[in-house]
Amino acid sequence: MTAEQPTSLPSTVNRQPSTRPVLLEVRHLKKYYPITRGLMRKVVGQVKAVDDVSFTVHEGETLGLVGESGCGKTTTGRCILRAVEPTAGEVLYRRGEGDVVDVAKLDRRELKALRRHMQMIFQDPFSSLNPRWTLLQIVGEPLVANGVASGRQLEERVAELLRRVGLRPEYMRRYPHAFSGGERQRIGIARALALRPELVVADEPVSALDVSVRAQTLNLLEDLQEEFHLTYVFVSHDLSVVQHICDRVVVMYVGKLVEVADTDELYFNPKHPYTEALLSAVPKADPDAPSRRIVLEGEVPDPSNPPPGCAFHPRCPYATDRCKVEAPPLREVAAGHLAACHYADELTLQGVAE
Amino acid sequence: MNSVTVAAPRSGRNGDTSPLIEVRDLKVHFPLDEGLVRAVDGATFEVARGETLAIVGESGCGKSMTARAILRIVPRPGRIVGGQIVYHRDGVGIDLTRLDPLGDEIRAIRGAEIAMIFQEPMTSFSPVYTIGNQIVEGILLHQQVTRAQARSIAIEALRRVGMSRPQQRIDQYPHELSGGMRQRAMIAMAMACNPKLLIADEPTTALDVTTQAQILELMRDLKRDTGAAVLMITHDLGVVAEMAQRVAVMYLGRIVEVADVRSLFRDPKHPYTQALLRSIPRIGRGARERLAPVKGMVPSPYNRPSGCPFHTRCPAFMAGKCDRIVPTPVSVDEGREVACLLYGGGED
Repeated sequence: MTAEQPTSLPSTVNRQPSTRPVLLEVRHLKKYYPITRGLMRKVVGQVKAVDDVSFTVHEGETLGLVGESGCGKTTTGRCILRAVEPTAGEVLYRRGEGDVVDVAKLDRRELKALRRHMQMIFQDPFSSLNPRWTLLQIVGEPLVANGVASGRQLEERVAELLRRVGLRPEYMRRYPHAFSGGERQRIGIARALALRPELVVADEPVSALDVSVRAQTLNLLEDLQEEFHLTYVFVSHDLSVVQHICDRVVVMYVGKLVEVADTDELYFNPKHPYTEALLSAVPKADPDAPSRRIVLEGEVPDPSNPPPGCAFHPRCPYATDRCKVEAPPLREVAAGHLAACHYADELTLQGVAE
Repeated sequence: MNSVTVAAPRSGRNGDTSPLIEVRDLKVHFPLDEGLVRAVDGATFEVARGETLAIVGESGCGKSMTARAILRIVPRPGRIVGGQIVYHRDGVGIDLTRLDPLGDEIRAIRGAEIAMIFQEPMTSFSPVYTIGNQIVEGILLHQQVTRAQARSIAIEALRRVGMSRPQQRIDQYPHELSGGMRQRAMIAMAMACNPKLLIADEPTTALDVTTQAQILELMRDLKRDTGAAVLMITHDLGVVAEMAQRVAVMYLGRIVEVADVRSLFRDPKHPYTQALLRSIPRIGRGARERLAPVKGMVPSPYNRPSGCPFHTRCPAFMAGKCDRIVPTPVSVDEGREVACLLYGGGED
């Protein structure tokens, strides 16, 4: 844990363009799920879904959490809001002027108060909305639960929110089933914004949407960010979308961070072999694009039994004997650019074509 | 016999580019309680021998139903209500829409001459039998071999799709395999009888990006080695650009544009194709630029627009024309067709 570190937030850890103040700092976050066996539910192992993860989120930026399934990106996003209880670590959130709280240690009442500041947008617009509630109830619920508005005033607030996300306020007495996937995602966004949060964790918000509706939703998220000065933590596996919308990117692999950098730096000048492979694997919507694909061997390892040393070593084309035994720490390889690879300084890796 | 001779094969001697499948004005409708859904409503295209044709479109455009109609596995209450699907075998055209979907003729074709892989491998595999059991079953059904021979064909098929230790893997159950390995096993099953056409319905959509790269590479290798034609159903324009030689764009049950892959991406003709290509975020230098979305939503299937199905969202909408006249495909360049009134064509 971080006894040696002060609980006040440093103005900035990543020096690059993020001169903006830090809004959130995640320190040594861990989420382990026990594996039990038998009648006595004896714990026989741990799934290290998130294993000692630290990063910062700056005010007004969009931070991308990317990686493949099982890398811990969704769990990390949920731990920030305490939608999932962290096993260990700190989630330091700056509330208003310099007042820092550790979200991981708040009790229920304090947490409820904090939820005004942080909200979530979910991937699946079909299962995340209560089918028996009208839009008025869905979008208005956070306002009612927090005693912000009721009656006539509530309806006005909901109408305004619906208008902001591009839905017609006349529809507020309808139920979610009457809306398409893209419209439902807008309902979810309106609900998340009802309490005017500062931080929004968006978990794959456009993955379930059709191509033509995806662009509308991304534009909406960008407009709302500007209008309400929102900070986004954007969890996604889609590297094209992430490059489009994120200012900085955190790449995860089997519960750990492997690389953190500004978006352009990460995409054009990756320092971790996994990032390089991930970027090269994205199918490019250009039949003339030169194919420089690195096809990795094998698949993402089981997080309950990750390989020793660097978790990526069995698939890494550059791995040496050292990688099999020694886990590389996340370290700064250039200003604001962190990578967890023993050879980050020596390797010349290819980014995406410019 | 339900086979009908429709057309003699092309006289040209390079027999590998003659059409393998010709779909003409195919209509698949679903009479539901809420109304009639015209899932496929007049689709026309062909797949040549040995080529990869991608059908690209958004959810509900009818691309999957088109694929299923070819194999005659349209789920009930859906029915093929019009059109032809002509499968060319040894100079004889067989109209697949005329066959009994449960009969011997289609069953001899399905899984042998035309095979299909799905987005979710568990659609193809039963959880209660080993993968070997199921692959061997398919081989015994279509080939005159002994069980022992079938087993060695199956092991070879698993080896060909890049499974390590196929002699052991063959006796595993589907749940014992990872997602990527299951996808490989399904491809092995589909390829075991050396099909002439492989239909791949969103084969990599559920996979991680590094696994997707492996499977796409595998499919390219298999196609090169076996010469099978591939009909790729996808919504991902990146996958289209990497895999296809020709592309058919579908919208609300109709093919709106057909072109070779380079022309489609360089010079899209149909306003829907143009809008779609403008709306996707592209990795690279221009990634931060604001996206140009297609306006509006895909219309409800119960409430199809009159005239051109895209007219409600089209930036080039011509009032009094596009909302009244259904555009028919017109040839614009060599091998290119567009169904849009901007390029002429149309029936009242």
